[in-house]
Amino acid sequence: MSDFPIPTGREEAWRFTPTRRLRGLFEPLPDGGDGKVVVDIDAPEGVTVERVDPREDGRVGAVFTPTERVAALAFEGVKQAVVIDIPANARPSAPVSLAIRGEGGSSYGHTTINVGAHAEATVVIDHIGTATRAANVEISIGDGAKLTFVSLQNWDPDAVHLAHHVALVGRDATYKSVVVTLGGDLVRINPRVRFAGPGGDAELLGVFFADDGQHLEHRLLVDHDQPRCRSRVTYKGALQGANAHTVWIGDVIIRPNAVGTDTYELNRNLLLTDGARADSVPNLEIETGEVAGAGHASATGRFDDEQLFYLMTRGIDEQTARRLVVRGFFADVVSRIGVPDIEARLMSAVDDELARTGA
Amino acid sequence: MATLEINDLHVAVDNKEILRGVDLTVKQGETHAIMGPNGSGKSTLAYSVAGHPRYTITSGTVTLDGEDVLAMTVDERARAGLFLAMQYPVEVPGVSVSNFLRTAVTAIEGEAPKLRTWVKDLNAAFERLSIDPAFKERSVNEGFSGGEKKRFEVLQLELLKPKLAILDETDSGLDVDALKVVSAGVNRVRESGTTGTLLITHYTRILRYIRPDYVHVFVGGRVVEEGGPELADLLEAEGYDKWVSA
Repeated sequence: MSDFPIPTGREEAWRFTPTRRLRGLFEPLPDGGDGKVVVDIDAPEGVTVERVDPREDGRVGAVFTPTERVAALAFEGVKQAVVIDIPANARPSAPVSLAIRGEGGSSYGHTTINVGAHAEATVVIDHIGTATRAANVEISIGDGAKLTFVSLQNWDPDAVHLAHHVALVGRDATYKSVVVTLGGDLVRINPRVRFAGPGGDAELLGVFFADDGQHLEHRLLVDHDQPRCRSRVTYKGALQGANAHTVWIGDVIIRPNAVGTDTYELNRNLLLTDGARADSVPNLEIETGEVAGAGHASATGRFDDEQLFYLMTRGIDEQTARRLVVRGFFADVVSRIGVPDIEARLMSAVDDELARTGA
Repeated sequence: MATLEINDLHVAVDNKEILRGVDLTVKQGETHAIMGPNGSGKSTLAYSVAGHPRYTITSGTVTLDGEDVLAMTVDERARAGLFLAMQYPVEVPGVSVSNFLRTAVTAIEGEAPKLRTWVKDLNAAFERLSIDPAFKERSVNEGFSGGEKKRFEVLQLELLKPKLAILDETDSGLDVDALKVVSAGVNRVRESGTTGTLLITHYTRILRYIRPDYVHVFVGGRVVEEGGPELADLLEAEGYDKWVSA
């Protein structure tokens, strides 16, 4: 049973989360959960994907350690894990794709991604359908390797999804994490990064779009405990509807031996309608005197009607003008994803979100 | 021939009356200068005709070829043939100049420009206004200098070919070289004969490069004096004191 007590909801880690909407995830799911989840795997040649018993396979849990109760319960209770292995020096011709489709009920999940030294790969996990799900993803990136990891939360409106993405970035390795959260009633993603050696590079990109009643929360932790690593966090969110709520927490720790660290984190939120609420808390803790650069920025602003007016004076109708402005808001983060198919899908998803309310 | 007709226009901002009965008729091919001191309501006139939501029309009419402009949305006014070059063009982050221009031209003309000629036309327009073609990939007005913003407004004027263009202090903040480039652009549009121009300005300087057919002196929210280009010369010599202190 988990070492983490049931949160009261007042803890720092939970104070923004509407815990009453967690649908029982604070308690262990009986028998690991009754939910039906279909996982479709599409792996290019040279990549192995296995379904394993998490208690029998030593690769599971090599990187991941739980830091709060839901993640711990998921790790203890999960019945089957997916292990993706990208061998050293491999350059798969296409992304490794996991399509996770919830068909109701509660479930746990665990995915282990191992990228061998000097390999270069992209892994995409797409979440659709309906589910109450607590899942963990652990990622080990070998020395000099490059991984782009994309997690799309395209759930139906009633889904509840809590996930930790824990990455360990090797020496001179490059990690790009892309988190896109659009669907679901309550989605809470905790991307965490540590470095296994000097010279690592982590870029964490996020896009979210909250509609009326949705709670979308992203809590990031970049733990600089190795010298001369670089991290960039860029999360952008749009909100529309009276009870849309987003939370962004960006924690960056630079430990005493992490000299020469270069880090910057940014969160921007765009309120498209009145009544939506975006919480944004950057937190930078520096324990060494020798950083190359460290900064953060956070801003939440209303949709700028002057931009709308300007575009409309050029004959552009209001809906197209709004779409241009919101697409423009997301453009810099989307263009850095570097996976054209994902970029195009994301932009059209943003259009759909805007069309939904006719905003 | 396209005609913009403004009749007894009264406009309020935050319940304060700014325009107090403006009468003005501008025909295609004509160039009118509206000159007045700061705070006289010149810009209010420009924004009211363009349809900015902050301005409340309390009475009067504005028509373009007999059509009720005040009943149109902002974009409908533009598609009907109105253009506003702004004193402070708005920055639109993340929207590239080329995407913006193509979207605007498509909206105004009702169909997308042909790719074959579009690139050529666009490059020629950039060249005429002495704007680096690299600006096409930049965000609209973002990081542009004051002069670059004004030149970009005139570039849009040339591309969109409106029936009636209102230029709101397009000359302010320009050095002499930029003023010449901007004026040459306006004169090209004017020489096409298909655009009527309403040139709003505080200074007579631009009128050395763009010779107006008519000059209107604007004080206290209305036109107080009208005449030909010679009126501008009088203003240059004597200023607005005659009307302001009256």
